[in-house]
Amino acid sequence: MSEFQKNCTVRRVETLGCNLIRLTLEAPEIAGAVQPGQFVMVACGTNRDPLLRRPLSVHWADAEGTIQLLVRVVGRGTAALAQTRAGESLSLIGPLGRGFSLEASRPCLVGGGIGAAPLLLLAQRLAEQGLKPLVLLGAATAAEAHILQQAFQALGCSLALATDDGSLGHRGFVTELLSAQAAQADKLYACGPQPMMAAVARFGADRGIACEVSLETAMACGLGACLGCAIPDPGQPGAYRHVCKNGPVFLAGEVLWT
Amino acid sequence: MKAAVDLRVRLGAVELANPVMTASGTFGYGAEFAGLVKLSCLGAIVTKGISLAPKAGNPPPRVVETPAGMLNAIGLENVGIERFLQEKLPFLRQCGTKVVVNILGDSEEEYAELAARLAGAEGVDALEINISCPNVRHGGMAFGADPQMAAGVVRAVKRQASQPVIVKLSPNVTDIALMARAAEDAGADALSLINTLVGMAIDIRTRRPKLANRTGGLSGPAIKPVALRMVWQAAAAVQIPVIGIGGIATAEDAIEFLLAGASAVQVGTANFYNPQATAQIVDGIAAYLEEQGENSVQNIIGGLRDA
Ligand SMILES: Cc1cc2nc3c(=O)[nH]c(=O)nc-3n(C[C@H](O)[C@H](O)[C@H](O)COP(=O)(O)OP(=O)(O)OC[C@H]3O[C@@H](n4cnc5c(N)ncnc54)[C@H](O)[C@@H]3O)c2cc1C
Ligand SMILES: Cc1cc2nc3c(=O)[nH]c(=O)nc-3n(C[C@H](O)[C@H](O)[C@H](O)COP(=O)(O)O)c2cc1C
Ligand code: FES
Repeated sequence: MSEFQKNCTVRRVETLGCNLIRLTLEAPEIAGAVQPGQFVMVACGTNRDPLLRRPLSVHWADAEGTIQLLVRVVGRGTAALAQTRAGESLSLIGPLGRGFSLEASRPCLVGGGIGAAPLLLLAQRLAEQGLKPLVLLGAATAAEAHILQQAFQALGCSLALATDDGSLGHRGFVTELLSAQAAQADKLYACGPQPMMAAVARFGADRGIACEVSLETAMACGLGACLGCAIPDPGQPGAYRHVCKNGPVFLAGEVLWT
Repeated sequence: MKAAVDLRVRLGAVELANPVMTASGTFGYGAEFAGLVKLSCLGAIVTKGISLAPKAGNPPPRVVETPAGMLNAIGLENVGIERFLQEKLPFLRQCGTKVVVNILGDSEEEYAELAARLAGAEGVDALEINISCPNVRHGGMAFGADPQMAAGVVRAVKRQASQPVIVKLSPNVTDIALMARAAEDAGADALSLINTLVGMAIDIRTRRPKLANRTGGLSGPAIKPVALRMVWQAAAAVQIPVIGIGGIATAEDAIEFLLAGASAVQVGTANFYNPQATAQIVDGIAAYLEEQGENSVQNIIGGLRDA
């Protein structure tokens, strides 16, 4: 395990619409070490306000030592990130946590909203292994779906889309695409809202398809020190596991679905 | 340059290379930070609170950010004394720094047994008794709120311990000087304060508490003025060394506590957002002493001048 605390120069801040921004940062150590599904803890704002770092998945990493973060602006920390300018620097700690395993022959990636963020790096690593991942993307609108569509297509993924308003692809939940699209998959990867991941987990369990999910909790440290990121351990009733260390990626069977 | 100033401080029979320690529960068992800060730079590492049996802790959500601070209701999750000795202590032993084991129990007997298990343990330089954790209903709260009960625990631990005993006080009391004196009279070798202040946060949309435990412990820069005042009062009330804790994030913060009478400081929540905080504080104290023309940190401890 090697993680780094670095001040990283911001190369680019793109405002993508739909409350999404994409940050491109110079972070050679992190880019070199990151596994898909791992995250970084980012200091947002100025003068330690907000106080705690925010966990963000690594969206993309390249051989030139840059990484990208795809961020939905939802509160104070992410709003501060949206104000960042190219040339400024951000303090990052990472890469952190346990990422996705790359053992798959017919992978199906299911992303809901901002949950698709870590799936792009995963798709890239799977494509590097000569695979053609199937990607099911759920978004609120066509505009939001378009933001990620091209990036996945550029990696040679086959794509199926669902939007809440039906403005692109299937109208409804992305999980409603599973039975038509993913019956042949030998591995499911899911990241998105809890009910979406629960539905993917159920689909996998019903058909005996291995499934990995990426979970979110509030995190104070991201380092395994505060023990704030606890989730129930179904293997040991009454006990907890920690999303920042044992995850954020878990086997669907390691999660208590409610 | 740094060799010019003497940063050594004494806590009873233990000497620290410098006055900067980590606060219990904010630095794991040390290994969590090994890749991010040079552990041998620290005055001491204080472990997560250890109980006899492992504790699973509270249900989530366990943490919530607040202005300049955070609330936690971890519920004292820890691996228990057995696994601590087997799995965690060997790493701590070779960190090149002093190791303080923070202990907690729900009876005098449990505290005493923990002290007995740790007596003579290689690589354990001191014990810190948590009589003040506000998180668990049957946890240390009762001991820390009552001078008699606190004294009982301190005496029980002192009878078993082979190492110096630091008593960590709760701020959730009316008269901190009273508690400080009770601990000193019962045989404490040093005091540390403050633990977290009991607080609460509510989600107005769901109308529910933001923490599953409903209340939690407030920490971080928000509590620093309260902590400083209590450390100043406690240091004036006792002869034994006092360790200042609460919202310390920079060398300037640490120096305020030293001036108020603290012989050492512990850094807590700051580790979460700045894992290098402790090492930076050590360097900052040295730089301050040099700039002030002082050759030893001892010269500024309790050096507060009149208003
Ligand atoms: C491992 C991990 C990876 C993540 N990756 C990404 C990513 O790639 N892109 C991205 O946009 N977001 C990601 N998140 C979520 C992101 O961390 C939160 O959106 C962010 O912390 C919100 O900070 P804020 O200050 O803007 O919002 P706050 O002001 O803190 O909160 C605003 C709202 O968001 C809710 N919220 C805050 N934190 C979380 C959280 N961790 N999970 C769910 N709800 C939360 C609050 O309850 C509140 O309603 C990830 C979270 C984790 C744990
Ligand atoms: C997440 C968390 C866990 C803590 N766990 C313990 C503990 O196990 N034992 C203990 O004595 N104090 C514990 N504390 C209290 C700290 O050691 C410290 O007294 C307090 O946080 C104030 O210092 P700070 O403002 O620098 O964080 C914990 C604090 C936090 C934030
Ligand atoms: S976020 Fe601190 S232990 Fe996981």
